[in-house]
Formats: sequence, structure tokens, C-alpha cells
Amino acid sequence: MSAATTTPTPQKLRTRKPLTVGAVAKNLGALVLAVVFVFPVYWMFSSSLKPQHEIMTKDPVFVFTPTFENYKTATGVDLFWTYVTNSLTVTIGAVLLALVVALAASFAIARLRFKGRKGIVLIVMMAQMAPWEVMVIAMYMISRENDLLNSIPMLTLIYFVMVLPFTIWTLRGFIAAVPVELEEAAQIDGCTRGQAFRKVIFPLLAPGLMSTSLFGFITAWNEFAMILMLNKEKESQTLTLWLTQFQTAFGSDWGATMAASTLFALPVLIVFLFLQRKAVGGMTAGAVKG
Amino acid sequence: MTVDSQGTATAGPQDAPGRAAGKSQTPPPSSGPKEVLQPPRGRRSLPSGVLPYLLVAPALLSMAVLLLYPLIRNVILSFQQLNRKEFITRETVWTGFDNYTELLGDGDFWTVVVRSVVFTAVNVALIMAIGTAIGLLLNRLGKKMRLVLSLALMFAWAMPIVASVTVFRWLFDEQFGVVNWLMRTLGFSGYDQHNWFETGFSTLVIVLILLVWGSVPFVALNMYAGLTTIGSELYEAAKMDGASGWRTFWAVVFPNLKSFFMITTFLEIIWIFKAFAQVYAMNLGGPDRGSETLPVFAYIEGVGQFHYGVAAAISILTIVMLIAVMSFYFRLILKEEEEL
Repeated sequence: MSAATTTPTPQKLRTRKPLTVGAVAKNLGALVLAVVFVFPVYWMFSSSLKPQHEIMTKDPVFVFTPTFENYKTATGVDLFWTYVTNSLTVTIGAVLLALVVALAASFAIARLRFKGRKGIVLIVMMAQMAPWEVMVIAMYMISRENDLLNSIPMLTLIYFVMVLPFTIWTLRGFIAAVPVELEEAAQIDGCTRGQAFRKVIFPLLAPGLMSTSLFGFITAWNEFAMILMLNKEKESQTLTLWLTQFQTAFGSDWGATMAASTLFALPVLIVFLFLQRKAVGGMTAGAVKG
Repeated sequence: MTVDSQGTATAGPQDAPGRAAGKSQTPPPSSGPKEVLQPPRGRRSLPSGVLPYLLVAPALLSMAVLLLYPLIRNVILSFQQLNRKEFITRETVWTGFDNYTELLGDGDFWTVVVRSVVFTAVNVALIMAIGTAIGLLLNRLGKKMRLVLSLALMFAWAMPIVASVTVFRWLFDEQFGVVNWLMRTLGFSGYDQHNWFETGFSTLVIVLILLVWGSVPFVALNMYAGLTTIGSELYEAAKMDGASGWRTFWAVVFPNLKSFFMITTFLEIIWIFKAFAQVYAMNLGGPDRGSETLPVFAYIEGVGQFHYGVAAAISILTIVMLIAVMSFYFRLILKEEEEL
């Protein structure tokens, strides 16, 4: 009752709540689950920092002096920087292309009325579910005929089409969320359609563009089947293949393998956490109010 | 409208922004009614004519060249004999339906089909059950504990596939793997140097654990986002009526999130059924081709055995099965769209 009169801070509420068996079980369960889900990531990270002799033990070591030796081994591999460059070229190229192409298409779908609009929405939806993993054989034959095996541009284009439907779909939502009134107001104030788009919609889209492109980045960064099939030459491979081959190349040097995994996972983990904090929500909050 | 956003959320790639999409639940509503109410005012001023077509042309063109054309080529390839000889001489040998009849009469093919279907079914059932349970748990946790659990889920979700496969190989390593140590510590015998990848079945069990671990966060976090949209008065009403937790779930939560459940289930079926990297990178489909699922089977028939025509036929049959599942998925999505 007093909780209703005083403004209850969460802490006050908590101290008042009796510690029931259910509450304990609930929190304990959550804690166990959290450990289970985070453990593989933690184990990758900690193994990557362990000196060799503390990895090759029957009983795992939990306390150790961190060393960067494994990272030296991992990055010292032949062509490591080629793989990094290839990975970045392919992913960033694909995402930028997709953004430009998708922005145009999603604007048309979200804002313009034209014959065949519904059909295009349907095509985008279906393309989103394209089973790329099972299309590798055909893609290989096509690339082979056109001398596009081991080609970074070809891979970039494939990844571009892979992330395109998703990009169109999400941007469509973001554009639709910008009230038409804002655009109209800009036009009344003397903007042309193009200006209205550039000065009004585009700035409001920034968070949407960012989160969409980051998810596109993750998809392309993760891709495995296509590159495995198409780019067999060392010089044209990406970090994805480097990581899968690392294990075989280095036998049981798990420390270096885990360092390689960490290096591969880190950009995505950072992007993900970044997304959570910055890019989510609130995009039109200021514009729509009032 | 909630549904549209769920479609948006869930229809993305495996790493689709569940949270982001959960939040984008706000956009569609504003667009939905507007589209119905405002066409005369908002749209008439817009230029009609060729502009929309010019805007969508690049997207359609690139999808036609790099998605539709490969699909068509895949169908054509499946009617060709394309073994080592034809592969090298680059000649085209048509064989009609030979590849298909060969496959459909092949016991190995059916073994892989059954394996893939069972593997997918078990996986999706586990993912949905555990994901839902964790989603419900998240909804009932205090603020701090919820943050801890969501963060842990986030890490598992964000982990790149190939990295997580590598880590799982290390966790389940025969000699120094931490799982063998854990089993010994828990008092099980026979885990001194237990080989977790000894058979195709055991390998698939590890892949299953990996897939469940990696997919549950998506379901759980989306589930939680969906739960927060259910008004607390519904729970209170259920509580007042003396409903048990189980009954509250079936009477309040499930009906409200039914479309979420359906859509997510179908998405998971599609994702798991066509999963390639996890299965292949874990043990290359081995040992003895015992952990091959359909996509891996197609790859190995082609690249490993030099039967590209047969491989193309396998992928077409896989795509046909996927389309059967997808048709349900699209029916669901379109139904929701119409409700807008």
C-alpha cells in the first residue's frame, strides 16, 4: 500500500519482496542458462589467451597468465592480411551496393503506388528465403563458364544479392515509418521531391540504414557454402575459409585456433553489441511526437 | 500490425534483428492505416509513370541475374550427365530424368532424406520449446537478471557460425576437451578420451547442440519482445480467475502470440533443413558420410564424387521440399498482411 504512495524504486520493491523458493529457483535457473549460453564464447576467448602448456591439459586451467602468443601464430599465417582484405572487400562492397539498390527499391515500394507493386513485394519476400546453400553447384558452373571462379568481384555480387532482399524489406519498414506529413511539409516549404527525400527522410533513416547494413555485414561475413565452392585458390579466399582450414593446418594447436576464431568473431560481436545500444528504436520518436 | 513486424523480424537471415524488429513494431502501424486512409491525399501528388519502375529495376535485375538464373540453371543441370569426363571436356550430355530416377531408387538418398527430416524435426522442437521457456522466464525475471541472461543469449546469437563450429570442436575435443573433463568431474566413467565424433549419429548430436545453442536466443528474445506487447491486465485477469501458469500460457500467451509461434516454427524448419556450414564444417559430413544432411549430400556428391548432374538433382529435390514448407510460411505471412 505504501508502495503506491511513495514512488517505488526497483530497489525498494526488491527488499520488500519476500524471498520465495520460486524466486530463488527462477534466478538460479536464469544464471545457469546464462552460463550455458555464454560458456562457449568465454571458452574460445580464454583458450586463445592461454599459453600452450595450459591448453594441452586433461584438467582445464581456469586461472592463468594471459599471453598473446596464440594471436601471433594465428596472424602469422601466410596470406593472413590477404584474407582480411578479401573479407572486408567482399562484405563492405556487398553491403554498400545493397544499400544503394535497396534504398531506391524500398522507397518505391513504401511510398509510390504503381502497378505490380504487390508482385514486387512478393518477389522480395520469396527472394529472402532463397536457399543459397543448395544452389552452390549451379553457381559454380555459371562462374566456371564465365571465368569467374576465384573472383572477388563475383563473390561480392553474390553476397550483394544475398543481402539485398532483406535490406529492401527492412528499409521498406523504416521508410514507411517516416510520416508522409513530414515529406509534404518539406514540399510545401518549397523542397522538390528529391530534396524532401534527401533532407527529411534520409536523416531519419540513418539509424535504420545503419542497423540494416550491420546485419547485412554479419550475413556476408558469415557466409560459408558459396566461398567454399567458388574460391578454391588461396589468394581469393576469405577469413571464413581461413578459419575452417586453420584447424587442419595447425593440427591440434587449439590455442592458435581459438585465437583465430576470436579474431573472426570479434567484429561481429562488437557490431552486435553496438547495434543493441545504438541503432535500435527511437528513430522517429522525435519527429512524430506533437 | 504486430504481425507484419514479426514477419519483418523473422523473415531475415539467421542473424536477423529480433530486437530491432521487435522494436520496429511501431513503424508498420503508422503505415498500415495510412495506406488505407490516405491514398488520395498522400499519393496523388506523387509522380506516377516510369519512376517507380526505374527505382525497382536495379534490384529486380540483379535478383534475376544472380538468383533466378542460377535457379533455372540448377534445373537444367539436373537433366544432364555431368561426371568427371563431361566436367573436363565441357560437353553437354542430356540424360532426361536419369539423375532423378537414379536418386529416387537409391537407398542412400532416402537414408539422407529421413535423416534430414528427423534431424530438422528434433532440432526445431527443441529450439521452440527451450526458446519459449526462456522467453517466458525472461519476462518474469527482475531487471538485472534479465539483462544478464539477455546478454548471454546475445553472445550465443552473435557468434559467427564458422567460429562457433570451431569452438564446439574444441569443447568436444577427444583429448583436451572441456566436455570430457566435465563428464569425468560429474562422475561418469568412460570419458577419459571419449571421441564425440565417432559415428555419424554422435556427430549430428553435437551439430544439434550447436544449432539449438545458436538458434534458441532468436526465439527467446523475440518471444520476450512479443510477451511485452501483451497487456499486463490480461495476466491479471487470468490470475484473478485463478488460472494456473500452464493454463495462463495456453489461454493468454499462446493465442496472442500464435502467429509468432507459427511463423517462427516454419522459419526454423527452413533454416535448419538447409543448414550447411554447421553440418559440413563440423565433420565434413563424416565419418563415412554418416552425418550428411541433404545440402551436404548434394555438395559431396558434386565436388567429392564428381557427379555434378546428380548433385544438381539433389539440390532441386531439396528445394522442392523447402518450397513445400515455405508455401505454408508464405500463406501465414500473407494472411497476416491482409489483416492489416
